Amino acid sequence: MENFSLILAIVVVTALAFDFTNGFHDTANAMATTISTGALKPKVAVAMSAALNLVGAFLSVEVANTISKGLVDETGIRPEVIFAALVGAILWNLLTWLVGLPSSSSHALMGGLIGATVASAGFGAVHGDVLVTKVLLPAVAAPVVAGLAAMLSTRLSYGVAKDTEAAATRKGFRAGQVASAGLVSLAHGTNDAQKTMGVITLALIAGGVISPGSNPPTWVILSAGLAIALGTYIGGWRIIRTMGTGLTDLSTRQGFAAQTSAATAILASSHLGFSLSTTHVVSGSVMGAGLGRKGGVVRWSTATRMTVAWVLTLPAAALVGAGAEKVTGLGDWGTALVAVFLVAASFGIWKLSRREVVDSTNVIAPPTAGEPAGVVTTAMAAVVRPPAGPAAADSPGSPGSGFPEQATGPVTARSTAAKPPAATV
Amino acid sequence: MKIDWAAIGSVFGVSLGATVALVVLFTLGVGGLARRERAAAQGGSAGLAVTGAYLCFAACAAAVGYGILLIVSKS
Repeated sequence: MENFSLILAIVVVTALAFDFTNGFHDTANAMATTISTGALKPKVAVAMSAALNLVGAFLSVEVANTISKGLVDETGIRPEVIFAALVGAILWNLLTWLVGLPSSSSHALMGGLIGATVASAGFGAVHGDVLVTKVLLPAVAAPVVAGLAAMLSTRLSYGVAKDTEAAATRKGFRAGQVASAGLVSLAHGTNDAQKTMGVITLALIAGGVISPGSNPPTWVILSAGLAIALGTYIGGWRIIRTMGTGLTDLSTRQGFAAQTSAATAILASSHLGFSLSTTHVVSGSVMGAGLGRKGGVVRWSTATRMTVAWVLTLPAAALVGAGAEKVTGLGDWGTALVAVFLVAASFGIWKLSRREVVDSTNVIAPPTAGEPAGVVTTAMAAVVRPPAGPAAADSPGSPGSGFPEQATGPVTARSTAAKPPAATV
Repeated sequence: MKIDWAAIGSVFGVSLGATVALVVLFTLGVGGLARRERAAAQGGSAGLAVTGAYLCFAACAAAVGYGILLIVSKS
């Protein structure tokens, strides 16, 4: 750890902060349906997920290595660039958390990295083909694969055993759901904690502390694992609510099918070298399981908003990353300015979130019937113009809640998609 | 730019096949236990169903074990 410059220390701390947001952003992936079907109590669910994430962090360094070697040209990357990338990723993660939308933390990280690299070294430094084959294509494939698998298996499961009343059935599927959710948590730990390890390693290489091509040092693995576990335990309850009850309604049987499909898709993809985002996989499988039951519905308005968030993730994080990189390029005071901005913006988002607290007590049962649609609509308005907090929170809530879902969804989506830059200011 | 369709295809096939197989197996297992419950309520027994159920669960546990092995063996 010799030659540890100040900027490097800042990068490591920021990376761990990103890891933390990654943890609480993605608790929903493993545990949202487990909580919404009542298979586990909310607090127990997040504790279990946190523990398994921590274990998962220690299991492999494969993913970390693909991050620190591959997507961008590592020669010529300065620690400031990585810092700027992390700022973009953290802010996008917090913003999507505020509006309760599950979006891929990996996309946010890669977006930030790409934006900062382009701002620093030009478009040539980004490997465009890697971007398409490793990021964009999987983003489209993931929900389709997991969704189809979950839908088909749910349908077959209801066909094979129609008996849904027996206590043994309920208990059985509950246990199965807990087990499969555990597997998702474990897989998440091996994938996502490692992304941060990869970034810290990349920074250490860029800062000249360790030699290029090295594996992450032990202290990096340990701190990254702890950061993601802590974040998971704190729990992104807003996203859990969207994922667990906002997309569709699930029984334990459907929850089991959804989690099994998610775990299988994640493991199969990372084993076969075609890495899928956990968030995209789980969202797809939850919707698939919802559609698999006769009479099941998916709330397409929520699904549409989620898709919009997915599409925006990469460019939004890239823009913030690029902006942050431009400012850090002004010198040390620029870096300090970005750091202050990051802390202030994070605090501001947290402050906004306190207006309407979502935690383990109200994660499944929203206070009123019309609430979920209202909350998300309000939230989306907040994305479009974040600073206008009070105005955004008051006006558009009610129209969204009263209408049929399909009617409001696309409109909201289009208006947001029309002005992506606004989302990042 | 080279898109690895074979990798996408195999992820698709493996995910679909494994998920469906696991969920159906587990459902059969749970169904077997439910049958025992019914049989017990009527004073009978359902030995075959229960044996089948445990076989199904064992197969599922083996699949989970294989999944964990896949995670670990990557290092």
